[in-house]
Parts: sequence; structure tokens; C-alpha cells
Amino acid sequence: MRSTNGLAGRRVRRRRRAVLAALAALAAGSLSACGESGKPVLNWYVNPDGVDTFEKYAKQCSTGDYDIEVQLLPNGATDQRTQLARRLAAEDSSTDLMNLDPVFVAEFANAGWLQQVEGDLADTITGSVQGDGDYLKGAAETVTWDDKVYAIPLWANTQVLWYRKSLAQAAGLDMTKPVTWDQVIQAAADNGGTVGVQANKYEAYVVWINALVQGAGGDIVSDTEAGRDAKVDIDSEAGRKAAEVIKELADSKAAQPDLTVSNEGTSLGQMFPADGAGEFMVNWTFVYKNYEGLVGGDITEQQFADLGWARYPATVAGETSKPPIGGIDIGVGAYSDHPDFAMEAARCITSEQAQVDLALDNGLMPSTNAAYDKVVASGDYPADLIELFRTSVDEGGPRPKSAFYAMISGALQAKWHSPTSVDPGSTPKDSATYLEDVLEGKSLL
Amino acid sequence: MSTVTAPVKPKAVVSDRSRAETRLGQKLVAPAIVLMLLVTAFPMLRALYLSTFDYALTAPDERDFVGVRNYLTALTDPLFWQTTGITVLYMVVTVAIELVIGFAFALVMHRVVFARGVIRTSILIPYGIITVVSGFAWQFAFSFQNGFVNGWLPFVADDFNWFGQTGSAVAAIMVSEIWKTTPFMSLLLLAGLAQVSEDMIEAAKVDGATWTQRLTKVILPNMRAAIMVAVLFRALDAYRIFDNIFVMTAGAQKTESISFLTYRQTIEQFQLGMGSALSVLLFLSVLVVAFAIVKLFRVDLAQARQEA
Repeated sequence: MRSTNGLAGRRVRRRRRAVLAALAALAAGSLSACGESGKPVLNWYVNPDGVDTFEKYAKQCSTGDYDIEVQLLPNGATDQRTQLARRLAAEDSSTDLMNLDPVFVAEFANAGWLQQVEGDLADTITGSVQGDGDYLKGAAETVTWDDKVYAIPLWANTQVLWYRKSLAQAAGLDMTKPVTWDQVIQAAADNGGTVGVQANKYEAYVVWINALVQGAGGDIVSDTEAGRDAKVDIDSEAGRKAAEVIKELADSKAAQPDLTVSNEGTSLGQMFPADGAGEFMVNWTFVYKNYEGLVGGDITEQQFADLGWARYPATVAGETSKPPIGGIDIGVGAYSDHPDFAMEAARCITSEQAQVDLALDNGLMPSTNAAYDKVVASGDYPADLIELFRTSVDEGGPRPKSAFYAMISGALQAKWHSPTSVDPGSTPKDSATYLEDVLEGKSLL
Repeated sequence: MSTVTAPVKPKAVVSDRSRAETRLGQKLVAPAIVLMLLVTAFPMLRALYLSTFDYALTAPDERDFVGVRNYLTALTDPLFWQTTGITVLYMVVTVAIELVIGFAFALVMHRVVFARGVIRTSILIPYGIITVVSGFAWQFAFSFQNGFVNGWLPFVADDFNWFGQTGSAVAAIMVSEIWKTTPFMSLLLLAGLAQVSEDMIEAAKVDGATWTQRLTKVILPNMRAAIMVAVLFRALDAYRIFDNIFVMTAGAQKTESISFLTYRQTIEQFQLGMGSALSVLLFLSVLVVAFAIVKLFRVDLAQARQEA
């Protein structure tokens, strides 16, 4: 009895020792994860668009001094901001490089979370804001805050009006001239078509509202440098014009059934439906590559040839539209352990060739004129489409640049959602009062 | 109210030995208590402290002491009361439906004679599924593009958007919540059912009581403590509903609960002061709910634990 007990005990002890050894090995392994030879690893937080190209550049831009590792962020812009901001607020030294949605650059820069970009690159970007530099004006503006440069534009996004040529023809709409929202909605409603927008309660709904308001010659807020004391302008003629468009679509036959929860993906399928005339859809630049990839599968060559594009619709007839601007800027974390390496890597990642690759492989359009020229030369896109993208970014209307943008966006979403409840008589006024209260900290968001 | 009082015991003489035992006991639990205080009391006190500041994570240098202003702002804000209202609605409706379905399930699990293991397991499966997964599953089910709900319900149009208006969106969220947590309710009720003495039921049967009479006069009254525990646990859980709303509507269409409001202030807007004030208010309202339920069922918790 005794001896067997002892044997079992010893076996247990031996097993326990083995487990301990395994744990120790694991711990040692994770400690030495920063590289066999102590080579630092730079973490690059990317949004999940064009990740394969990001992976490629992470490898290419790694040098003898450091390795770059891609870390994935969530899908939504708001979630991406939340995750990055929580790391940076905790002064995370392992957040070296990050893909930033342009609207959050101001907030991050203001909080001191981004390393300032200096030298000739900063000069080029500042110059581009004035109109003489290689960067597109719309893209360069997104990375400047307080006259300093806090990120490097990687790709610049914009929305255009995608439509079925046959649908426009049936409606007798001349698409070579600027069209208005009213014309588009009428044309779709009268000819069995629909109009695709982004109107779920999320950031892209604010993109739409902002474009509508700016298209009517107004803005949501001004004097944004004043932070919480910014001037709220949405209760204006322009605000009411924007609300009228939303209401017109919501009440129209042309509204898609999922209007109130629509996003960039939901209306893609309505372009070439099994039955029906298709749609007019405002959406980002990726749409072209998206449908091109479906040819031979879900859609035919002929259907793809029926896909047309035009400048973003005007809110008011006679006034030029202000297409939305999006994209991604690369920022360098202020608390990075290797700030110089990270800045060097950021320049490599945003190189001209990287921008061209993103455009050709992923449909994400460049932020510099030089890269645009190369994309045109590749012949991968119709020349007029590329030209439309470029002018849209150049003449587009960015969303308010404020350190409190998240509040502004949240307050707008709260009062303008759902689109079916928008009323030109009350929504702009209500949202102005509410936004003022939220900025002053008098109202919950 | 029952008027039974504990008999007054003569003051016991405490021996040295038992005193030493008590002291040893206190020493033994001390580390656990210290740890508990560290992980529960500290964050609570910290939240209380933070709630008196106007403090945004994005502007940490501009932290101002504002006293109770955050509480005043919250309590006078219509959004706070609207979310509280919708939270109470979630709680009342889901707990009521779960109580009925859960009780039926508990009866099935209690009385089933064949395939006991299989039936019990299949009733309990939804509870083992992560709430976020349940949220996504039901979101797809209710979607008019790829869901089955519109197709199955004869009085609903095929392109009806469940998440397009408050009423139907709240209903969809409740369905997911009920599907996911009913098994928990039935598990607690099953425990209560097992405690009801078979002798009493037999006696009632002999006296000629019908099935309904046995249920309402014998089984239910004897399960009161178990029902209260089940309702209490589920109500407190339901009051803090978050995951399903986050996944299914992200708070759109006024489906926001009070937890969601707190999340938005703290995590999305980084307003730590206001967020902390809201979580303190949430904590207090949970206490009120718990107190109300205990009062409502007039159950002595000590008796429920069979201590008295």
C-alpha cells in the first residue's frame, strides 16, 4: 500500500514539475517575442480594407533595424477610434503605427497622441493645402491640425453617384450635366428603381448629412478650433435643404426597404437585382473594383457595361455638390518606444508605389497626384472615372475638423436618425440645440 | 407578513476554545476579504470619486471638480429617463415571459420519464451560447434579406424591416434575450420544483385536488423562495441588458438601455466623469429593483437558504 502510494505521489510530482517547466518555457517564449536578436517589432494597426496590401508593405518596409507587424482593427470607424484611443490614453508604447480615419486626426492630435510629422514631407503637405504640392488638397487638409502636420495621407476616398445607364436613360436624365438629389429620387421612383444611401445610425450617415448641408452652401459647425465653443450652424437654410432631401427619399417609392439600417454594403446588391430597374447609389470608390470582380459570376459583362458614374448629386439645383471625403491617414503613436523607426516606416508605407498598389489591387484611391498619374497610366480604370475621383477629392467637403468630432457626430446621429423621422421644420433646429447642449456638457449623448 | 420571531436564546457562554476558533476563522478569511475589497470596493469607490469630475480622456489636463453636477445633468436629462423606461420594459416583459416558459420547461424536465439527459441538455443549450452569438443569430433571423422570420410569419410582409422602428426592434431584441436566458430561469425553477415534497402533492391528490389546484395551492406556494430567486437573478441581469442591443441595433431606434447609455459616455465619448455618474446611478437602480422584488415576494432570504 505504502509503496504504491509513494509511487503515485512521485508520478504526480513529476507531472507537476513538467507543467511548471512548460509554463516557464512559455513565459520565456513570450518575453523574447520582440525578436531573436532583440530586433524591435513595430505594431501597425490597420483597418480591414486592403489588408493583403498592408501585409505586403509591412514586409517590404521592414528593415535590418526593425520588423513591422500588422494588427487588425474592428470594422467600423467608431470602433477603430475607440480601440486606438484607449491604447493611446493609457500611453501604450507598443502602438507604433496606425491607420486613422481622417475625422479623428484632430481629436488625436489635440490629445497629444500623435507624433508630429516634420521636415520636407510636412512642408509638402502644408504646401498641398495651399494648392501647390503633390498631395490632393482634400487629403492634405485632413492631416493638418493647428497648422502642424500630424499624419501622412495614405489613400483618399470619396463618394460618387453610381447608377445604371439604362435606368437614367429610361428616366430621360442627362447624366453629363450635374444632377440634383431631387432629380435622382424622382427618376428612380418613376422608373421602378431605387436610391441607395448610407443611413444606419453610424458615421457614414453623418457623411451623407454633411455632404447634403455643404452642398447647399452651409456647414454643420464652424469655428471648430474653439473646441467646445464651436459655432453650431445646422439650424439654417442649408440644414433644412438637407433635411428636405432625406425626407423626400424616406417618403419616396425609391427608398430601399432597409433604408434606416443601410450601410455601404447593403445597397450594392440592388444595382443588378434579379428583377427591377436597378438603382442610383452614392458610395465610395471601391464600388468599381467590387462589381468588376463579380463579372462572369453574379453579373454579366453587359450588366457591368451598364454601370455608370457621375459626380455626387447636388443638394440645390445650380450649386455644385461637395462630395464626401474619407480615406486613411497613417499616424505615429506619441508613446512609441521607437519613434524614429516608426516615422521612417510610416513614410515607407505611404510611398507612391504603395498608393498605386492599393488603387490597383484594392480599389482604394491615392492621395497624391503622382500616384494618380500612375494609376491612369496603368489603364486599369476608365480614365474618366479616375478623373472624377480626383476632382471629387480635390473639390470635396470634409466633415468638421474638431477635437470634439465624436460628440458632433454622435449628437447628429441621435437627432437625425431615423431618416424616416427627419422633418425639415424641426430636425435641424432640434439637432442644433442638442448639439450645443452636448458640447457644453449639459446633455447626455 | 409572517409574525414568527426567533425564540430568544439565553446568552451562551463562550468558551476559550470557541473564541480561539473564531479568531482563527477570521484570520483565515482575512486574505480573501482583502482581495475582495481590492477587486470590488476599490473600483466602486474610484467610480464614485470620478463621478464628481468633468473629466474626458481626450483632454486629461482639463479635469474639473464639479461636485454633483454630473448627477443633476443625468437626472434632469430626458434621454436618461427614456433609456430607463425602455430598460424597465425590457426587464418586465422578458422576465414575465421567461417565467412562464421557464416554468413549463422546468415541469417538463422534472416529470420527463424517457430520454431525460437528452431533453434536459437540449433545453439548456441556448444558455451555453454566448450572448453576442445569440444576438447575431437572431439579427440574421430577423433580417428581411436572409432571415426566416418574415417568411414564417404570415401577417408580416417579406420586406418588413424589423430594425426600422422602435417597437419591432425592441421585440426582436427581447426574443433574442428570452431565447438565450429562459434555460437559466428553468434551471432555477427546476431546483425549486425538486424541493416540493412529493408527500404533499400525493396528499392533495388523495383529497381530490385537480391538477390546477395542486399547481396553484401546493406547488407554487411551496416554490415561492425559488421563484423569487429566479426572478431576482433574471431581473437584475435583464436590467443590465447590453450585448443584444449592441449587436442587433447598436442603440438605434431608441432601443438603448441604461447600460448602453453608460457605455457610450465612458467608452465611446471618453467622458469618464459622466460615465461614472451614470454607472453609480445604474448601481443604485439595481439595488432598488432587488429591494422591490424581495419586498414583493415577502420572502425571508435566510429562510430561503434554509438557515433559520
